[in-house]
Amino acid sequence: MSTSSELRIMRGREWSRPIRPARREVLSAVPELEEGRPPLLFVPGFGHGAWVFAEHWLGHAAARGFPAHAVSLRGHGGSEPAPEATLRAYAHDVVQVAASLPRQAVLVGHGAGALVVAHALARYPARGAVLVAPVFGGWRLLGAALRRNPGGTVPALFGGPLRLNRGQLFSRELPDEEARRYVGRLGRAGRRAQWALLGAPDAEPAVGAPPVLVLGSPDDRVVPASTLTRVARRYGSAPLLFPKMGHDLMLDARWAEPIDAILDWLEKEPAAR
Amino acid sequence: MSTSTDHGRPDPEATSSASGSDGRPVSDRGDTVCVIGAGASGLTAIKNLREHGFGVDCYERETGVGGAWNWRHDRSPVYASTHLISSKPFTQFPDFPMPDSWPDYPHHSQLLSYFERYADHFDLRSHIWFGTEVIRVEPAEGERWDVTTRSTGGYGPERTSRYAAVVIANGHNWSPKLPRYEGLEQFRGEIMHASSYKDPAQLRGKRVLVVGAGNTGCDIAVEAAQQASRCWHSTRRGYWYAPKYVLGRPADQVNDSLLALRVPLRVRQWLYHWTLRLTVGDLTRFGLPKPDHRVYETHPIANSQLVYYVGHGGIGPVPDVARFHPYAVELADGREIDPEVVIFATGYLPRFEFLDASVFGDSAGAGRPTLWLNAFTPGHPTLAVAGLVQPDSGLFTLSHWQTVLFARLLRARRDRPERAAAFAQRVRDRAGERYSGQVKESSRHWFEVGHADYLRAVERALVELEGK
Repeated sequence: MSTSSELRIMRGREWSRPIRPARREVLSAVPELEEGRPPLLFVPGFGHGAWVFAEHWLGHAAARGFPAHAVSLRGHGGSEPAPEATLRAYAHDVVQVAASLPRQAVLVGHGAGALVVAHALARYPARGAVLVAPVFGGWRLLGAALRRNPGGTVPALFGGPLRLNRGQLFSRELPDEEARRYVGRLGRAGRRAQWALLGAPDAEPAVGAPPVLVLGSPDDRVVPASTLTRVARRYGSAPLLFPKMGHDLMLDARWAEPIDAILDWLEKEPAAR
Repeated sequence: MSTSTDHGRPDPEATSSASGSDGRPVSDRGDTVCVIGAGASGLTAIKNLREHGFGVDCYERETGVGGAWNWRHDRSPVYASTHLISSKPFTQFPDFPMPDSWPDYPHHSQLLSYFERYADHFDLRSHIWFGTEVIRVEPAEGERWDVTTRSTGGYGPERTSRYAAVVIANGHNWSPKLPRYEGLEQFRGEIMHASSYKDPAQLRGKRVLVVGAGNTGCDIAVEAAQQASRCWHSTRRGYWYAPKYVLGRPADQVNDSLLALRVPLRVRQWLYHWTLRLTVGDLTRFGLPKPDHRVYETHPIANSQLVYYVGHGGIGPVPDVARFHPYAVELADGREIDPEVVIFATGYLPRFEFLDASVFGDSAGAGRPTLWLNAFTPGHPTLAVAGLVQPDSGLFTLSHWQTVLFARLLRARRDRPERAAAFAQRVRDRAGERYSGQVKESSRHWFEVGHADYLRAVERALVELEGK
């Protein structure tokens, strides 16, 4: 799980086999008054659509003066169906939306969306990046998922959907009814992208040396705390922790704490301003 | 990543401690880097230098970005119908893709909006002095540079600023190259260089001779076939006219599938000849000369329509022009034709009128600098040229990596001087290196590079500069 340190200029495969365009859903909330803050682009994890950020985080970020956008990766939410999508296609979607924004954007990835962001960072010089409860794949993560939710995990190994349950995603503070509604809206990622979680090619180094913040919950049932520490160390920092929250920090009962921490960090970080 | 020189602009009152070679005041810009030109290569130079923490002052003689691709600029060579000849993946900057909604081969107006968006997205305009032209660039002590500027058109006072480094990105497609012909002065018809051709309306209903089989010459010949009453197309030799699409995909993407597999040149040439035989067939039956070289040995011509119009009689292929008469043009084979308009699509020559030619090792003044990686000049480690390449693909990817390499070289000069010194030695040893297979020797191909060979060389240079 190390990022390869070498810059790759020759991209024969990307040149000769460009990603096929797909219609993308982008949800936005922009502040009433343009304050010159960098735009944020939220990238949901596998199975999640842009709606997970539209529930609370987009509006909250806009209220604090940040133009906020969320993209549904192809095959998710309101974007075009794409059963054969790869990790590279997802990263392409993110870079396309980021480059379409009027100014250099901050990329915020959640879950496996953080892995997509790590790959997008090698193709787009983001102003900064935030990895929320990052799922970077690997056998340890698979072990945890099999222990907590064998019924939802085993089919994914054979190309079926990866299904996460309420206990993995949310804390008990979230009312049952809401949690059920959220779980019911989840979709699935392409099988090739799901398999990439087991043997994901390491992301190339980020271009433009953006500052990277890693945050998550020590009580996350999908991403163990040790993984958070490892991912943060890769980017030269320590993770910011929010105890007693589930994997879906943007939907859980105390959703305001992590987004406030992210925005505070952006306001303080000189390179991301 | 801010430096003290971030938002400053050369201010004659602020600093004038140093003085130039002839005693004029010089404002010292510290570690700031000067970029000449805000076209595609200049813009990516500003962006990459800023990204590596350097302050930048860019001087642009026009009032907008986009250089050659901005049709409002008087030095812009684009005509109304100009489209890209390399497809999107080979044309875009590697870290700022063109929108998915654009076609494989975008139009020049899309290119301009792409550069404007690039400039806004990375906030580059605040570093550009518009309407300001550079009239002199002279070496100063400590491997620094004195750059003298004034308002475009020669108005206003001259002003000299001292910079830590200079990136020359003034473009090489604006100074027309016109061949000499016997009797050209007596010719009574209209003569123009392709640089002043803008719109097919200029050709409507006329008898037109187009000279030159570059991509521009072929485009104009096709438009003449559509608009003019008669069109002749004069070429020095036979060429390979490649279609823009083969096997259902943009041709350059198919070619790169083979490059990625490292298929040897000879095999690629054979495959290419074979593909052309299947698509456009044997061109000599139309009276076109047989190519005297293998494909990839001259700059590729990508034009699907030329052969189509030759086949429909819209374009009459003719050999080289021998001499001009007042009302006729004599061809190399003795035939005479009577065009009303002659368009010379004979290309451009690079010009660095603000720089002493000896800096580039070009004491003869032929206009051909001796450089390594077409960018670095021996003995001047703080000077780089961006975009002086004629790749068999898009240029902007190459300019991007050239300027990344230069930014990292400047960083190494500060942090790891021994690495920078080794780099300077490599520049001296390898200046003049070529990055293509064998090409026809002519000024047309001075800067010709194969994009794969060239980018591999840049990648190696980066690894040598920074690797263990």
